Amino acid sequence: MSDQLYQDRIVALAKARTGAGKLAAPTKSVRRDNPLCGDRVTIDVLLDGQGRIAEIAHQVRGCLLCQASASALAAAAVGRDAAGIAEMRHDAERAIGRAEGNAAEPFSAFIPVKAHKARHECVLLPFEALKDALS
Amino acid sequence: MSFDGAAVRGQFPILAEMIDGKPVHYLDNGASAQTPDAVLDAVRTYETTGRANVLRGVHRLAERATDAYENARVDVAAFLGVPPLEVVFTGGCTAAINLVAYSYGSLLKPGDRILLSELEHHSNIVPWQMLRSRAGIELDMIPVTLDGRIDLDKLPGLLSPRTKLISLAHVSNVTGAMVDVGAVVAAARTVGARVMLDGAQRAPHGPIDLAALGVDFYVFAGHKSYGPNGIGVLWAKAELLEAMPPFMGGGSMIGRVTLAETTWAPPPRRFEAGTPPIGPAIGLGAACKWMMALDWTGAHAHEMTMVQQLMDGLQKIDGTRIFGPAGLQNRYPVVSFMLDGVHPHDVAQTLDSFGVAVRAGHHCAQPLMDRFDLDGTTRVSMAPYNDRTDIDALLTGVRHAARTLR
Repeated sequence: MSDQLYQDRIVALAKARTGAGKLAAPTKSVRRDNPLCGDRVTIDVLLDGQGRIAEIAHQVRGCLLCQASASALAAAAVGRDAAGIAEMRHDAERAIGRAEGNAAEPFSAFIPVKAHKARHECVLLPFEALKDALS
Repeated sequence: MSFDGAAVRGQFPILAEMIDGKPVHYLDNGASAQTPDAVLDAVRTYETTGRANVLRGVHRLAERATDAYENARVDVAAFLGVPPLEVVFTGGCTAAINLVAYSYGSLLKPGDRILLSELEHHSNIVPWQMLRSRAGIELDMIPVTLDGRIDLDKLPGLLSPRTKLISLAHVSNVTGAMVDVGAVVAAARTVGARVMLDGAQRAPHGPIDLAALGVDFYVFAGHKSYGPNGIGVLWAKAELLEAMPPFMGGGSMIGRVTLAETTWAPPPRRFEAGTPPIGPAIGLGAACKWMMALDWTGAHAHEMTMVQQLMDGLQKIDGTRIFGPAGLQNRYPVVSFMLDGVHPHDVAQTLDSFGVAVRAGHHCAQPLMDRFDLDGTTRVSMAPYNDRTDIDALLTGVRHAARTLR
């Protein structure tokens, strides 16, 4: 049920808007759209010399789940490289039931999304954009 | 004949369905309407007493199938007020538009122009963009007014002697606004352009007098008009169908095939290559008969009462904005709204927990969303079987979303 979906942790992540905005001089800026629902995420990253994220910012025109995911991602992404981000994505996938195992913080907040397959892509869209930004 | 909403509702078995112990409040009719017993029975009768292929069989089941299929064409034609041989069955409304874009489009020349509007469904944009890539035609767009209508004041300035076709939504799938067909046809005639209407959102609300409308092409979808999935209709004037080459080649659409060349069957068979969707066509015929038996004066008044109740209720919720006509004139029961601070998907998901089914997002009208810089809308689309309880449940859900998600 949707009341169980929009639990306080997800709403709080979305409202925190961690990393919301733009970077003045990003190394890369990538926009990804979900053609089915129209959600749109733009991720800016500033990378250090070793390919690790020094700064990250996002603009989300999408639902609360997409906003919460982008917020959680931004909160945990600094200092990680592409492999580290892939690990975080795996956590998000565990939370929504697309991978085996227990999801770590902060992505365990998305466990209620597991029952709503139509919304899985809302959680994963920021990861898709960040993957492109790091490729 | 008078309109009895409860009696109509009772003919739709799915509306008695309970989900999580709650009744279904189905307000997503613009995406797919529900199906009455009359349609389910017609399809079941075909499948259990007359299932066979059509046209060429000489056995009794083939005769039954062919009769039922061609009778469905007669019922659809009666619904549209046109001769049966001008009715082409297609795989859907999108398939019908693609047929016109490919076939009629092949008669156009580079530099010819087609006029659309900013509020069209993607199915009335993309096939024309594909034709543009193939054939070098040009596309022009009629703007949309702030209240979600095609701005016909701008129409004369967009016409030219090269304009060959104006293709517009009869009723917007986002705002519910109905276009002034008379004005479009009159303008088109000044330059000799043809007019096509996408009737996907109009056909579910009663019979259409195409002769009176004066258009050249009309398309609609079976599944939005209480019929099965996988069936749609293209109507075009006989002389146009005669002039158009086939869209797809195969069985049934031929006159004579040799290894050297093929001649075409006359319309409508020319455009129905292969085994058609027989059961769905029979179901759509039954849906058209069902619609023709309904009191649409009463049904439309009932639908507009619900629209008013909905708009009144939404306007009492802080931060709610309606995207579309504010009044009830020249509109059908499709209402889009935004709830400030809450994404449409989250509104729709919350409504689902109240047993209310609506559609949220761009509604396959991304250019319209871009034009008004919208993330999307929540769309409520009604049918005669809806009632006040559906509207009340929806308003309760929207109030809950407003309270908890912002």
